[in-house]
Amino acid sequence: MQKVTLDGWIKLLSLAAAALLLSGCGINNIPTYDEEVSAAWSQVLNQYQRRAELVPNLVETVKGYAAHEKEVLTDVVEARAKVSQMQLPDDILSNPAAFKQFQANQDALGSALSRLLVTVERYPDLKASQNFLALQSQLEGTENRIAVARRDYIQAVKRYNTELRTIPGRWWRDFLYPESELRENFSVSEDVQQPPGVEF
Amino acid sequence: MIVLYRAHHRYWLLLLVLLCTGVTRAAPDFPALTGRVVDDAGLLSGNVQQQLEQQLAQHEDETSNQVVVVTLPSLQGYAIDDYGYQLGRHWGIGQGERDNGVLLIVAPNEREVRIEVGYGLEGTLTDAGSHAIIQDVILPPFRDKDYQAGILQGVDAILGSLQGTYEPVARRPAVDPNILFMLFVIFISIGESFASFFGSRVVSAGVLGSIAGLLSWMLLGSLAIALAIAFFIAVFHFFIGGGGGPTSSHGRGNYRGGGFSGSGGFGGGFGGGGGSFGGGGASGRW
Repeated sequence: MQKVTLDGWIKLLSLAAAALLLSGCGINNIPTYDEEVSAAWSQVLNQYQRRAELVPNLVETVKGYAAHEKEVLTDVVEARAKVSQMQLPDDILSNPAAFKQFQANQDALGSALSRLLVTVERYPDLKASQNFLALQSQLEGTENRIAVARRDYIQAVKRYNTELRTIPGRWWRDFLYPESELRENFSVSEDVQQPPGVEF
Repeated sequence: MIVLYRAHHRYWLLLLVLLCTGVTRAAPDFPALTGRVVDDAGLLSGNVQQQLEQQLAQHEDETSNQVVVVTLPSLQGYAIDDYGYQLGRHWGIGQGERDNGVLLIVAPNEREVRIEVGYGLEGTLTDAGSHAIIQDVILPPFRDKDYQAGILQGVDAILGSLQGTYEPVARRPAVDPNILFMLFVIFISIGESFASFFGSRVVSAGVLGSIAGLLSWMLLGSLAIALAIAFFIAVFHFFIGGGGGPTSSHGRGNYRGGGFSGSGGFGGGFGGGGGSFGGGGASGRW
């Protein structure tokens, strides 16, 4: 009786020891990194969403002072519409076409917004209005958050994809997580930080 | 042939080096976190520094928000928004579970200033709020080269905006040493019944150590500390076998020597609480 229990204990212990050892060689890395990618991605979506929500208010405010800048304003409104109409498929992170489309739409909104802000420079009354100043600082802050969220996402995906492609992660994938797929990443060119040159 | 091969070899190496250096984003060099005021650009007099330190420490005592003032001689070619959040993350300003840190960053040579707001305070100290503080409070004295006034008034304004979040909490919930000690006593007493159950002190020490290790791994989340605890308990159990039960003072002394103080060792100095940043806040130039 006692002997059986002792065997049981030893089995339990060796199982526990095996779990300890295995976690040391990365058996959990793929799901862990995958979670980090998902978290980073929702942060990216959050920040883009936040920007999209600022747009109607911004457009209204600018209209009040610079109604005849129709072209720029329409660009912004249309780009915003495109962003919010796009249905994100569930597999967007492993669907290159959808991911590219998402990125293109967001980039279009970004550049339309920056054109708007350049135009606004010609309207001192608008620039002095409290409402516009608050919106502008929110927009700047949001753009900065988007940049940070994108960088975090790029890093998370880099880590996850590297894990899937390199040994021993590759073996773990074949063995335990065959359904794991490489994730799409933002094109690096925009996000690689070039230390800015000194301007004179 | 060999020459050709060597030449190729060299190109490959060059390519590899280029690839490696090109892809990794070099992180800036960060100054050391020497206190709540890190005046590397030398803008503040000793008195003002002390006053700020006190003000910020008191604010942290009351609200658990960590606010840090840092002046930098150079941004190393980075944009201040890019540098700021990385510095905040590097230092871990703010309590880990609340991300309630704020940095006031002044770079006099680039003539840039930024209020970097941690995730948890973005709702209280908004971008528009930070922007207003920079434009209305900090920049006017900065334009007259009165950095001390700008920083002092800026800190006042930042703390003022944050006062709304008054919510005293216990900071850094470290594991209570009393509970650890009780657990230790329990383990050692259980160990005695294990010993008689298994009939061998080696086996019971192994079993006891494994249980303790797994438990503390789950509770503390650190494998290294868990292994140390497991080892310590196993060894302790094994060696008290010769004598009678442990006297409590003996156990306590040994336990204190076991190296648990590391987890809560934030003594008198100032350290970041592990908060994180996501780019909230505002910047300004003068």
